[in-house]
Amino acid sequence: MAAQISWQLATVSAIREETPTVRSFTLGLPGWQGHRPGQHVDLRLTSEDGYSVERSYSIASEPERSGEVDITVERINGGEVSPFLHEVVVPGDRLEVRGPIGGYFVWEAALGGPLLLVAGGSGVVPLMAMARHRARSAMTVPARLLFSSRTFDEIIYAEELDRLAAAGDGFEVIHTLTRQQPPGWTGFTRRIDEAMLAEALEPLGPATRAYACGPTALVEVVANGLVRLGLPPDRIRTERFGPTGT
Amino acid sequence: MTDRFVTRGFVGRRDDGAGGEGLSSDERRRRTPPGQYLTNDFPVLSAGPTPRTPLDRWSFEVGGLVGAPVRWSWEEFLALPGRDYVVDISCVTKWTHLDMRWKGVSVDTLLEGVELDPRAAFVIAYSDGGYTTNLPIGDVLNNQAFVAYEYDGRPLAPEHGGPARLVVPARYFWKSAKWIRGLRIQDRDEPGFWESLGYNNRGDQWLEERYSGD
Repeated sequence: MAAQISWQLATVSAIREETPTVRSFTLGLPGWQGHRPGQHVDLRLTSEDGYSVERSYSIASEPERSGEVDITVERINGGEVSPFLHEVVVPGDRLEVRGPIGGYFVWEAALGGPLLLVAGGSGVVPLMAMARHRARSAMTVPARLLFSSRTFDEIIYAEELDRLAAAGDGFEVIHTLTRQQPPGWTGFTRRIDEAMLAEALEPLGPATRAYACGPTALVEVVANGLVRLGLPPDRIRTERFGPTGT
Repeated sequence: MTDRFVTRGFVGRRDDGAGGEGLSSDERRRRTPPGQYLTNDFPVLSAGPTPRTPLDRWSFEVGGLVGAPVRWSWEEFLALPGRDYVVDISCVTKWTHLDMRWKGVSVDTLLEGVELDPRAAFVIAYSDGGYTTNLPIGDVLNNQAFVAYEYDGRPLAPEHGGPARLVVPARYFWKSAKWIRGLRIQDRDEPGFWESLGYNNRGDQWLEERYSGD
């Protein structure tokens, strides 16, 4: 039997605001054994009287960084864990973490491409680990991220995605803003649908590997749409955030 | 590491969350396995696209180490004696939903129609889309498991595993195979989809058997 994935004490070394409701936390983990892009960690919070809760968070950082991982957390109003992370945790605090966890929703350079990443909101987090890994490993497999956000200000990792797309190594980002668009916006303005998927998929071709992460409704549309567009189901991997995920 | 690391500043929401309304906080606590939180939602978690098999091409088979395999069409399956179940479900992703209401056929009923080989020790549930999960046969007998085709009074939705899914309330929910098409009886264990990808082979939520080695 495999060894237990044991709890480790992480030290929060940096907190970065990604959007008004989303923050990234860098967790220093001296004993971290590495992870594969797309995997997650479990986080455990324990109160003085022994009450504890656990949640899973996708790892946002690429495995090439050693001794630390980033998680990116959306603040869910009324939630038990995300408001604590946003409002109470400061650099220097310690958090119990274990991982990495999950072995299917992963992409590594060795798997090759072309690669289609489809994200809704904070569903971009595990896909960002893949995009960062791709950039760091100097892969040039064609890759496109189709990313649905509600408004311009809610685009997570906006500047870094611009930089990755500007690198000229075959990575493209296609944004859609479903609720409100800034003046002069030339991107998509509707929820992801089959026509949008067809446009995103077309230059990548039928051998594409697809990874979709986001709310259930979005992932259903994406996965079913890609099957109808001819991708074999076993090349489509999904991760869904239910309506809870607090 | 001991379990008594205290997270600075964490108090917790305790009983204020949704789920288990109308129950005393004692009972809510008693029915929440370690590391889980209560919800009224029914989150969807799937590794790939939702398979869609037309009902006229759907069948359910019990095979493997049995005298003769049995196979039911959709109509035949619905004609089997079904019953209502009200059970608590815990997903390894941390949610627990109390008193989920299902209708389905007990695995005992499905096995009544076959003669089990004396070597029968494990059950592999297999599904449309290639999903599998493994269970000791003792985990699915004596009304511990059923194949559900209704949830909350309605036909089971495709994203929740419809037309039919296995439900094994005493194990994390990945053992409750969605889109199930049959049970294969074996003499040896064989890790299923998630059991091969780092998740626990048994998956008892009360022992918090989430991952390999737990």
